Amino acid sequence: MTKAYDIIIAGGGHNGLVCAAYLAKAGKKVLVLEKNDIVGGAAITKEVFPGKSVSLCAQFLHQFNTRIADDLKLSEFGLEFIDTDCRTSLLSNDGRHLTVSFDGQVEGDVAEDEVKAFQILITRLQEFSETLGFLADIPPIDIFDPDMQDKLSALKLGWKLRFGLGAEKMSDFLRIVGMNIYDLINEELEDDRLKALLSVDSVLGTHAGPRSPGTILTYLYRQIGGGKGRTLVPKGGMGAVSKAIAASAQAKGADILTGMHVREVLIDNCRVVGLRTSCGTVYNAPIVVSNADPKTTVFDMVGSRHFEADFVHRINTIRMRGNSCKLHLSLNSIPEFSGLGSEALAGRVVIADSADYVENSFNPAKYNEWSSSPVIEFSIPTLNDPHLAENGHVLSATIQYAPYSLKGGWTDEAKEAFKNICIDTLSRFAPSLKDSIEQSLLLTPVDLENEIGMQGGNWHHGEFTLDQMLMMRPVPLASRYALPLDGLFLCGAGAHPGGGVMGSAGRNAANAILRGDKS
Amino acid sequence: MKSYDVIVIGAGHNGLTNAAFLAKAGLDVLVVEKNPHIGGAAVSRNLHKDWMYSNCSYVCSLFRPEIYRQLNLAKHGLQVITYNGGFTLTQDGDYIGSYNDPEIMRREIYRHSPVDVDAYDRFKTDISKWCRFIRPMLLRTPPDPTSFKFRDLDELRFLARKFLDLGPRDLHDFMKFFTISVADYLDQYFTSDLIKAHKAGSGIIGTGLGPMSPGSAYVMLHHYMGDVDGSVGAWGFARGGMGAVSNALAGALQEHGGEIRTNAGVEQITVKNGTVTGVVLDSGEEISAKRVVSNLDAKRTFLGLMDPKDAGEKVVKAAKNFKIRGSSGKLNIALNGIPEFPALPKGSDLIQGDFHIIDSLERMERAYDDWKAGRWSKDPYVDALMPSLTDPTMAPEGKHFLSVFVQYCPPKVEGKDWTDDQVQAFGDTVINQLAKYSPNLKDLIEHVEIRTPREIESEVGLTEGNIFQGELTLDQLLFNRPFPGYAQYRGPVQGMYMCGSATHPGGGVMAAPGANAAREILMDLKLGNTVPEDEGDD
Repeated sequence: MTKAYDIIIAGGGHNGLVCAAYLAKAGKKVLVLEKNDIVGGAAITKEVFPGKSVSLCAQFLHQFNTRIADDLKLSEFGLEFIDTDCRTSLLSNDGRHLTVSFDGQVEGDVAEDEVKAFQILITRLQEFSETLGFLADIPPIDIFDPDMQDKLSALKLGWKLRFGLGAEKMSDFLRIVGMNIYDLINEELEDDRLKALLSVDSVLGTHAGPRSPGTILTYLYRQIGGGKGRTLVPKGGMGAVSKAIAASAQAKGADILTGMHVREVLIDNCRVVGLRTSCGTVYNAPIVVSNADPKTTVFDMVGSRHFEADFVHRINTIRMRGNSCKLHLSLNSIPEFSGLGSEALAGRVVIADSADYVENSFNPAKYNEWSSSPVIEFSIPTLNDPHLAENGHVLSATIQYAPYSLKGGWTDEAKEAFKNICIDTLSRFAPSLKDSIEQSLLLTPVDLENEIGMQGGNWHHGEFTLDQMLMMRPVPLASRYALPLDGLFLCGAGAHPGGGVMGSAGRNAANAILRGDKS
Repeated sequence: MKSYDVIVIGAGHNGLTNAAFLAKAGLDVLVVEKNPHIGGAAVSRNLHKDWMYSNCSYVCSLFRPEIYRQLNLAKHGLQVITYNGGFTLTQDGDYIGSYNDPEIMRREIYRHSPVDVDAYDRFKTDISKWCRFIRPMLLRTPPDPTSFKFRDLDELRFLARKFLDLGPRDLHDFMKFFTISVADYLDQYFTSDLIKAHKAGSGIIGTGLGPMSPGSAYVMLHHYMGDVDGSVGAWGFARGGMGAVSNALAGALQEHGGEIRTNAGVEQITVKNGTVTGVVLDSGEEISAKRVVSNLDAKRTFLGLMDPKDAGEKVVKAAKNFKIRGSSGKLNIALNGIPEFPALPKGSDLIQGDFHIIDSLERMERAYDDWKAGRWSKDPYVDALMPSLTDPTMAPEGKHFLSVFVQYCPPKVEGKDWTDDQVQAFGDTVINQLAKYSPNLKDLIEHVEIRTPREIESEVGLTEGNIFQGELTLDQLLFNRPFPGYAQYRGPVQGMYMCGSATHPGGGVMAAPGANAAREILMDLKLGNTVPEDEGDD
């Protein structure tokens, strides 16, 4: 051991890196250990086909946290955006495709009244997201043992709800916050395609269909952040975000080591003293921060014997069901999607033509079966960002629903069969697609778990539901980043506020550590 | 022409409760009912020879004991008998029974899943805890969270205090109970799918949710939070069928001088200068009153009985958006004897309770998927029982009344109105489902009444045949029930009130909405309160 560290961060996902950067900025000696060869966790760009790189998992940036970007000066460290207002096109079976921008501008044959109703609806939801957005940047309010900051935050929340929104909108918010998106869109809209779009935005990455109560909440969560509902596409893929954060952290003095799998957190006399990697190296530090999900942290890295039974039970019953696959296709030419220009293909394209389509696609996931008519979100990023591929193109898609615990397991045959379903679904709109595919790669939730480490392949390190948010995330009495073991902290999406490439959990965790918080 | 202090529209159990309390306070009250009989969905009807059917609601548990005592319903003939037993039949010819004796219950759980024995104790303890927690909220008026009136702030403080007293761990457990699916909830306790299915039925009864839909755990709590004779979570039969509840309430009402008119459907609530003036009956007759209380659901009240100009644009929109979904059907069957269930041990007492068919959460959820697509479940969940085994007044000696509650059954079939053939086909589906477990059932059947949401709506007047007068989801509970701004039992015009299950705390033969509405009316009249608030646990 040559160097003494104040803090070691296990896992170099974007939250771990943000946490490291803030700690280093405050003058701490920080080490980040990442098991993969590149940092970023689920926010990485990886060469998966010869000469062709893709955003392996996360692909679009929805909740860009401008505050963190400014604090860490990410633009100085190379973060650029190809598109800061990426539009979404929706493919309809009857060829009546739509293209929609974040503020509700619609291109396509939609009645004027309907567009207006759509805009009113998304403005209404956006206002709620903005009202609540500040909660993501502070630790969850402790209502049982509030300090001054908690009291002020609670007051601010009450004020924003009652006077910021006003009585009428506050009542509206309290009514719809627990509702499903399906009922709300049927209250306000007529057009199946617009309904489908809002449905998809409410269920991506979740174990829920549009008719599941709670899906308005997931929609509101997705719209928080400085982008105000905008979708951003970083130049160089999602890995560019992680790279910029890592560079910023390193510039402030943090050390980052890749290829270092943390085997166990070392504990002496009921407190953390360091950790050991799978190759046997020991690093000592009085504080260990885990960027892994809560279950992996407690069961695999620390060991449940170090915690009391109630805590372990609660961690054990966190619901984290992953239902999303990634499909990457290496293409020798751009397939023609009927009725869709290349500008649209470079943006976000969604396949789902009604809310019922999305719901029906979810049904099999409840029984651990895959959907034979899946919801697909895809893009051909190489159209706008040619550096990603030396030649040809790639198509990257998120596919839902394909459950982690598939009946019979994700055997090679099962993967092949589901991959064909996905390609067939895409081909319905682009008959020539199959001819242009050179290679393909399907990452099931099991693969995502193995590759990136999130249990269940759940993007959010824990489903985002009312009982798993705020002071209950990941579990009560451990929601302020300090876990009930001296010196152990959590900084990943399993902590408040949750998943998405946002970095708030990492930043909040860094603040908690600097404040000297304890569980 | 006589003018009443109050007219209550609809003689359902809540309308009668409301009227009884108002009459008791000395008001001149008239209840008008469109049907020739009173009771709404709490009725006993003689639809076949000497049989008496509880043809809608069929068991009693949620009825508030405070109301029972305050209105002296025992004197008016209401007797509730706790029943024991209950079982779920499995496809492989076995069963799982419910027993009151904790030792026998443990052995039964052990027989199916040894690891779940302790979990069962934990589950029961937790459920009782949540019942106790929520029951004091039933006989209270929800606060308006946007208001600064002393009363609302005080009530909010009461609620906040209750939640803070829980502490972080219990609050987490409560949030789970309040928001997650019954399947996920039971997953925290049990490993055996059969035990989960045995328990999950209460999470779907009457609701447009599946056992895997978030929010269905609360529906289970809603079914459990009642008590019979001080035994929390227990269920009972009203002697003489559910009509006995309504008859006793009517007795209490009449004792205090209230009047009831049947065959008197209301056409419209009349309003002048923003104040209620009375009602117009179907017959054209006008009856004037200073106050009108509607026992009907929010859609029927605001979209059916009121001029949209009186209700106002906002209320009309809110009523249109009110979620009231028919999801249940019912068969009432007259039997010539006790059907055999080969799975049960000979002479088992379990038969005296209710029995469920469907032994896995997946089958239950698939039954829900059928309903979502607008079809009745091909493999339906069934909650059946024979009250005549306990209460000899329901059927001739040696013969029995079988009440079969069915989940799921849609209000329309794939978007179209039910045809008579479809109603028959639905009935056959259910009888075939039962006959799989009881080979001689079909031979014993003497008469069947089949009720889909169509029949429930046209007879009882529940929109879409929804038994709770509105879904029990977060967006329609507490201060959101029936919709924000109108949760304190008052309507959009002066002198108008609501007292049905569409208001807090919701459906079930509970009588709490009727009582709470009466308390509000008496408060507006500055009369002394005769309505009980929660008296705490027995």
